[in-house]
Amino acid sequence: MTFPVVLLGPQRTPTLDMVVQSMDLNGRFATITAGWLEREPDDEELDDQLDGRGVNLSLYARWLDVQERDPEFAAAERRLRAVLDEVQELYLLRLDHGLAAVHDVRRGGEPGPLHAAAVTEAIDAVRALDEQHLARINDVHNEFYELWPPHERPVIAHHRAEVARLLEDAAALIVTGGHVGVLVNAMHLFNVSASLGTPVIAWSAGAMALTDRIVLFHDRSVRGPSNPEVYGRGLSLLRDVVPLPHASARLLLEDADRMSVFARRFVPARCVLLEAGTRVDTGSGGSCPVGTRVLAEDGRVAVLEAASA
Amino acid sequence: MSGPTFGRKLAINRLRERRSLDGAAIDRFLARHDVPIVEGSRCTFVHRGEADEVQLIHRTVGLPEQLPMARIGGTDLWYVVVELPEGSRFEYQLEVAIDGRRDRFNDPLNQRLAHSPMGSTSVCYARGYHIPEWTQPHPEARPGELLDLVVPSRALRRDTDVALYLPARFRRSARYPLLVVHDGGDFLHYASMRTVLDNLIHRLDVAETIVAFVNPADRLVEYANSAAHARYLTTELVPSLEADFPLLGTRAGRCLMGSSFGAVAALSAAYRYPAFCASLILQSGSFVFTDIGNDHGGGPVFEPVVRFVNRYRATARRVADRIFSSCGVYEPLIIPNRSMVHTFESAGMAVRYVEARDGHSWENWRDRLQEGLSWIYPGPQKYFYE
Repeated sequence: MTFPVVLLGPQRTPTLDMVVQSMDLNGRFATITAGWLEREPDDEELDDQLDGRGVNLSLYARWLDVQERDPEFAAAERRLRAVLDEVQELYLLRLDHGLAAVHDVRRGGEPGPLHAAAVTEAIDAVRALDEQHLARINDVHNEFYELWPPHERPVIAHHRAEVARLLEDAAALIVTGGHVGVLVNAMHLFNVSASLGTPVIAWSAGAMALTDRIVLFHDRSVRGPSNPEVYGRGLSLLRDVVPLPHASARLLLEDADRMSVFARRFVPARCVLLEAGTRVDTGSGGSCPVGTRVLAEDGRVAVLEAASA
Repeated sequence: MSGPTFGRKLAINRLRERRSLDGAAIDRFLARHDVPIVEGSRCTFVHRGEADEVQLIHRTVGLPEQLPMARIGGTDLWYVVVELPEGSRFEYQLEVAIDGRRDRFNDPLNQRLAHSPMGSTSVCYARGYHIPEWTQPHPEARPGELLDLVVPSRALRRDTDVALYLPARFRRSARYPLLVVHDGGDFLHYASMRTVLDNLIHRLDVAETIVAFVNPADRLVEYANSAAHARYLTTELVPSLEADFPLLGTRAGRCLMGSSFGAVAALSAAYRYPAFCASLILQSGSFVFTDIGNDHGGGPVFEPVVRFVNRYRATARRVADRIFSSCGVYEPLIIPNRSMVHTFESAGMAVRYVEARDGHSWENWRDRLQEGLSWIYPGPQKYFYE
């Protein structure tokens, strides 16, 4: 990756216009709002932030078009979804036990080197499970794309060509939040990463979709805290970064034990807090600048300093 | 009226202590207070009128069956103070005896009513009870659609009326899980289930789901462990819906739900066809059983239910993967429902059991829908990062 990737906090109070100005970008902006699903075209406010220079890639509408005009592929994609759901369910069952073991070991025993080693080993078991799961998801995807090469499907190929053309003309790509699964699926299907050569600005689900490992999390859902789970691979523009949009609203940040396990599960990746007003200008491959707020291994929120950035 | 009451006399006692208490003073008292008067955990029920006796009538297990009201001397004002724990919903009526005649009616001083197919009753919201806001229409929640279907049934030897809920943004190209709701018309009328579904789906608490609201002809027969009803659900209704609508069509994508006798119907269908559905929602199930003898107290209509529940308890088996079960602690069925939790778990099913300070009522069942539905078919909240 040789172009800048900027991660922002949620844009309920927009900061995008200032960010764009600061980057001195001229020309039109390609935008992806596929995470908004059927509200994809409701992008007036976004366009205002871009001074009327936004061009929506309409990836969700294109995906719907594929559903309608290529029913064979659509049916295969539904079967893929069912397999992925099953893989995810099985992973979650195992994850539940793995994390229960971590928390049981943390609570039990006397503090000391033996106890610390036991905790580390329990976390390592979860890390291995996460890796295994990610590999399995990739295998399932690869098998699917071998059986159903998207570039050989005329409808998809047509859309891919259009998306590539729009991206070629763009000064930057803007990726908004929304449903991260739908968003990343659409970005993969229409091969967005292949045509990227411009700066990328993303927030919330959009930030997650740029990484090499998407981690879902919601400690404050109506069903109670859920286990953070590896969902799949994003565009891998950023490596070893786990974006945490709405961190304080969605995570029990005050529960240092829980947050410590979260952070340690994904080391050496940095778990980056993306709160309102946050701006993180990532470096090559996803390194984070000084001042980035991250979850530290002790479970507290820390600010990256020069040595660790 | 509410607010801090520690160390403060109840409003009714302050009234009683007045030296002169005339009709105008009582008028002013009633105008100043919402009735029942909730002061901390103590709720004062009042009635105004000439009578020989006034009783508070209710079906709350644990309280004396009859709660006589006392007259404030020299007036036509009657009252009784009842201790209601925080978060309680308490349904009641008044019974007034005059010259040997007894009349029962809703509390004319209380506008809050609970409705059911049996009629309406007055309801008192104790401190801490609030109607969940997701049970009320929300302007941003896009409404789903209700289709009226007629599904012929050879098993039941009749045409069945089914109201089918399709979620907002319904697409033929998508695939949806199915929820079958017993006493469907009542759930729609008395538990606001259409509004609840619209809201919970809008809030991403619950997955977009197709819901079939089914209705019995004679529920005490069809829902009391009826083989014909189970056959109807599993070999007629659901296959027909899966042929006509974009449903997942898998065990994981099917859930049966019911309250009271409807819960028996859901459980017994799953018992007869254990490969049919992965999830059950059982609210205040009429799971009456006997450990010895035959004195179950439910009368003849419960005979087939008791036989079924006794058999199931003796040889409990896995009939689904997950059961959401709920019951009100003020209803007589609380003991059987608590007992069934262990039975279900011992059969290897994941059980989420929830109790509420409420009775055998539609509003109780309504208020538990968020927990139940979001557990069985969780919404996509975890995928959304706006």
